[in-house]
Amino acid sequence: MIVDPVTLIVALITISTPVLLAALGELVVEKSGVLNLGVEGMMIMGAVCGSIVAHQTQSPTLAFLAGMAGAAALSFIFAILTQFLMSNQVASGLALTLFGLGLAALLGVGYEGQPIPEVSKPFPEALREIDTVGPILLSHDFVTYLAVFAVFAIWYVLRHTRVGLILRAVGESHDAAHALGYKVVRIRILAILFGGAMAGLGGAFLSVVYVENWVQGMTAGAGWIALALVVFAAWKPGRVLFGAWLFGGIAALQLRLQAAEVGVPVALLDASPYLVTIIVLVVMSSDRARAALNAPAALGKTFHASG
Amino acid sequence: MKTLTKLLASAALATGLAGGAIAQDDPFQVGFVYVGPIGDYGWTWTHDQGRLAVEEAFGDDVETIFAESVPEGPDAERVIQQMVLGGADMIFTTSFGYGEATNAVAGQFPDVQFEHATGYLREHDNVSTYSARFYEGRAVIGHIAGHMTESNIVGYIASYPIPEVIRGINAAYLHAAEVNPDVEFRVVWVYTWFDPAQEAEAAQALIDAGADVIMQHTDSTAPQATAQEAGNVITFGQASDMIQFAPAPRVSSIIDNWGPYYVRRVGEAMEGTWAQSDTWEGMPEGMVVIGEMTEAIPEEVRASATAIMEGIQAGEYHPFTGPINRQDGTAWLADGEVADDGTLAGMDFYVEGITGEIPN
Repeated sequence: MIVDPVTLIVALITISTPVLLAALGELVVEKSGVLNLGVEGMMIMGAVCGSIVAHQTQSPTLAFLAGMAGAAALSFIFAILTQFLMSNQVASGLALTLFGLGLAALLGVGYEGQPIPEVSKPFPEALREIDTVGPILLSHDFVTYLAVFAVFAIWYVLRHTRVGLILRAVGESHDAAHALGYKVVRIRILAILFGGAMAGLGGAFLSVVYVENWVQGMTAGAGWIALALVVFAAWKPGRVLFGAWLFGGIAALQLRLQAAEVGVPVALLDASPYLVTIIVLVVMSSDRARAALNAPAALGKTFHASG
Repeated sequence: MKTLTKLLASAALATGLAGGAIAQDDPFQVGFVYVGPIGDYGWTWTHDQGRLAVEEAFGDDVETIFAESVPEGPDAERVIQQMVLGGADMIFTTSFGYGEATNAVAGQFPDVQFEHATGYLREHDNVSTYSARFYEGRAVIGHIAGHMTESNIVGYIASYPIPEVIRGINAAYLHAAEVNPDVEFRVVWVYTWFDPAQEAEAAQALIDAGADVIMQHTDSTAPQATAQEAGNVITFGQASDMIQFAPAPRVSSIIDNWGPYYVRRVGEAMEGTWAQSDTWEGMPEGMVVIGEMTEAIPEEVRASATAIMEGIQAGEYHPFTGPINRQDGTAWLADGEVADDGTLAGMDFYVEGITGEIPN
């Protein structure tokens, strides 16, 4: 075997975790009718807050909570801007990314290269060493399991609960939801905060577990991939998981093919996730009715109670 | 980040311009354009150490400004231009990909001195290029890698297929194979200078492919962290010492020391003696330094690596000394022949024994 499938699967699951978390958060935000392009900024806030707290307290749990809190706090700025001050969501989201990147760089001064405690794995060594099953299913970090669990939880809540129905109603038609007496602004703010916390957890996973260090600019575009993933997945949690693993799988596979000295054009492999995205977008948009069914109807529209 | 830094930089430049208009004998302003963040703890960090050395050497007579994370390409030209318009008297652009942008701006401002790191384009009299002979350091760590690998697979995280990177791979391979004929090099091209997650993934892919030594020609510490977690894998600090990963996995390092060159060139520019040059210095001049070799390296290997290091420092040993064949088996250097700088500067081939292919 040129590329060991077991280590490949382990790697792709790990690689895709930060993007998966951020994309799930963004999915909920968009389902509520809000387009937050600040995912990259929120992720890096999560990364910097996570690594600072991990270094100061030596507690990974507190680090993850700090990452979530830091990014949620940042997303609250976006919530105030778009929900109370009615500012344009696209512009505010882009500004949030730029602000987050700058603020994270400022907060992180002096923390580059500082040691971060090792995060212990939830399953014992003996279980992790079981042939094939051990590495693939039992060798991951707690946050990775949490991310996969979140896929099912979010699917269930959106699909089968009253809360999910209200959230979707707000995202489809905020005027109708408002007429029914639902607090559109409050629901959207909660969704934005949830999206921030998820992006922050993804960022904290990146700095505390994966890279084990704070490095300025370390998210390197992961937030944008998360945004693309939500569209790619047609706002469906299951497909977000599939997309995240597909993207992670291609990234992991191309490096492994190179390491195995298989003569494949690197540039083509590097471009393949983006090619797949374009193909999926073209296929999706070819069927107008279906694309319209999936995208929340009120996505990106500003809500005003009097309107 | 990129845009924000630029905004901050231009704000700083605007104030600089206003200040310059008032004060007649304003300090000599030196601008630095960085490809990554200062906090990368690698390449850009070492250039910023050089900037700080300039500040320390000249005190109030100089003022330094910098822009971080400037993308290679058209954006770079704008950033350089803004710096000049903001009053910079001299500019260091510290990445290979800034070559064309540096020369384009230099043509517009003949009174400003430009220094382009690791480049070769000098289209105007006011552009100098400078680089370090990193391959000298690669020879020393290649020697250590050849001795220490047990799986006989050395993983190499390469950035872009340019001569500087290929030279490093060749130098490391030659000195690893010299002490361990069974050694194999696996090269992974990541097409980035700085992307911690991607670098960590590449390191993991190489470790999964059996490598127990990881070398990197990228700027972040992420591969070091991945190696640390894997255990039984050794690494080398790149550009900066990365001493926080010592004594293992980081067993030694190649350190870039730009300070002395920057101080010298800024001094010349201030005195008016600056002239165009193409500088390529290495371990003899102290531009490339080998970081502390830790206890993780067996004592006799430390001794032999030190001998190679001292040989290069004394100018007695050249890492590319024949007989060396090209990858396809044709002769490159005859017995005892030493590579000329022209061939090294444009190196686009692997030496014999390396099994991979250079992507085009």
